Amino acid sequence: MKISRRQMLILLPAAAVAWESVLAGTPEASPNYALTDHWWSMLIDIPKCIGCGNCVRACQAENDVPDGYFRTWVERYHVSDENMTNPQVISPDGGKEGFPVVSGDEGKYFFVPKLCNHCADSPCTQVCPVGATFISPDGVVLVDQTYCLGCAYCVQACPYGCRFIHPVKKVADKCTLCYHRITKGLTTACCEACPTGARQLADLKNPKDPIHEFLKTHSVQILKPQMATGAKVFYNDLDGSVR
Amino acid sequence: MNGVEGFMYPNEVGLQWSVLIVLYPFITGLVAGAFILASLERVFRVEAVKPTYRLALLTALAFLLVAPLPLQLHLGHPERSPEMYFTPHSSSAMAMFGYVYLWYLMAVLVLEIWLDYRRNIVLLSQSSKGLLRLIYRIMTLGSNNISERSLAIDDRVGWIVTLVGIPSAFLLHGYVGFIFGSIKANPWWSSPLMPVVFIFSAMVSGIAGVMVLYMAISKLRGQSIDIRCVDTIAMYLFYTFIIDFSLEMLDLIHRIYEADESFRSLNFMVHTRLYIPHIVIQICLGTLTPIILLGITQVVKLKEIVRKRIYSVAGCLTLIGIFAMRWNVVIGGQLFSKSFLGYTTYKMSLVTREGLLVAIFLTILPLVFLWALVKLLPPWSEKTKLPGAVAAS
Repeated sequence: MKISRRQMLILLPAAAVAWESVLAGTPEASPNYALTDHWWSMLIDIPKCIGCGNCVRACQAENDVPDGYFRTWVERYHVSDENMTNPQVISPDGGKEGFPVVSGDEGKYFFVPKLCNHCADSPCTQVCPVGATFISPDGVVLVDQTYCLGCAYCVQACPYGCRFIHPVKKVADKCTLCYHRITKGLTTACCEACPTGARQLADLKNPKDPIHEFLKTHSVQILKPQMATGAKVFYNDLDGSVR
Repeated sequence: MNGVEGFMYPNEVGLQWSVLIVLYPFITGLVAGAFILASLERVFRVEAVKPTYRLALLTALAFLLVAPLPLQLHLGHPERSPEMYFTPHSSSAMAMFGYVYLWYLMAVLVLEIWLDYRRNIVLLSQSSKGLLRLIYRIMTLGSNNISERSLAIDDRVGWIVTLVGIPSAFLLHGYVGFIFGSIKANPWWSSPLMPVVFIFSAMVSGIAGVMVLYMAISKLRGQSIDIRCVDTIAMYLFYTFIIDFSLEMLDLIHRIYEADESFRSLNFMVHTRLYIPHIVIQICLGTLTPIILLGITQVVKLKEIVRKRIYSVAGCLTLIGIFAMRWNVVIGGQLFSKSFLGYTTYKMSLVTREGLLVAIFLTILPLVFLWALVKLLPPWSEKTKLPGAVAAS
């Protein structure tokens, strides 16, 4: 096939754009990423969550999470007027394929996405006998899976049930806040896949991050504040019945 | 989902710690308790328990040698466990394990046994033949001086080692209690009383274990049981058990009276999934029954044969009760959701690495070790060979 000079002039910019796109899909580590310039967290806007399970599927695909285990999941709460402290909660297969249709309209229903809270004072990192799990300088709780013994003490210590022992690797596994993505300027897989913007990655050290305005103007809570874990996943409009 | 009632967080459905982790505190408890019993004679000069002194030490050693095995078998990567020694995490209670274990094994138990047996080892290295002679010669560590003065030094140093050993035994098992008691995420475990309860339950199990072993071994050897010895052991068992049970009841009453957010969930669990192991086996069969039986022997003058039978039954029930206590702590603490909205089920496998057969093997293994140790280092010296004679003297 012969390519004329004119065709070449048209193709070259197109190839350059395509190459840029490839680079965007598999970006290199940002040379300008400074660990101490960030303090990562996440904002969950409960009224926006529709329980579609996109986030769970995206997380499993992105991080190769084994079936039956979850780095993130979605719970559906049903709180009746008569028994507000004893909600009915379901999370079939972590909410991966959505939820069954509700029959009847008694009480209130809402969805609560869950993930590691990347606690600043995390009980899981405290108990690890070899320090294989740690909090990074930019505020993400990670596991060095080449070092973990697989003793499961961290799983016991997490108040939120966010950790598990990987059935094949036999080491502790959990949400990394898609560390491989966020250090390259991308957002997490779950945030990217959320169709309603119910999940927002936030950088508390970035003064321009919209989370600061959001925290000022909304009623925001963390899960199990009595545990004093310094959880960094913030929930907007969190019902008191949520555990 | 199968075996789940109500709501569990999705990652909570399967239990992380299996029957092997039940065995671990049970075994270390026996070690600590047996050592405390031995210290009664050595430090507190309770001469009546002398016939069990060496047996208690060997029992402690036999069980201590097996203690790390259930942990190793449980680890996802046992080959990485030396990292706990090389790069321990200073804020982790579990990171202490290696050091506490080694300290107790080498600096306390092995040293004390060696000092106590040194004379016998030297004599055996001279009188035995073949491979045994070589083994005994190695065990002398080149120290063949068995003069009066040398043995007096052994005795003095042994006394000091035992003195250090008592808090070490408390540390060994109190630390195991702390591993559970310091987990604030789990209300079934989280209690400052946990290490104390573990220490006293360890003493109870160790004392009962050595008492049962002493009576069984005496029977097997065709020797008479020193009734003064078992009477004294039973008395200590009774009073230690009272303290242990009081502490556990204090914890229970505190939980019931305080009735915090977890209470409804835990209360339901105790009345359903844990009813048999907790109420029936641990409290009724394994605690109240032996306490009542032992109490009867303290207040009623019974015939020697009746007392012996009561001690045997009470000792065995005590061991069952303490095992059930460990089971209820470890397994019970994982049966409910940290959401307090549901319950799961423990399904014990049979032939897997953490299955029932391995657990049975690990329970029998210390007894095999004990048999070998008893063969190598007979705990009945010339004086204690005829316990009846000692009692009479």
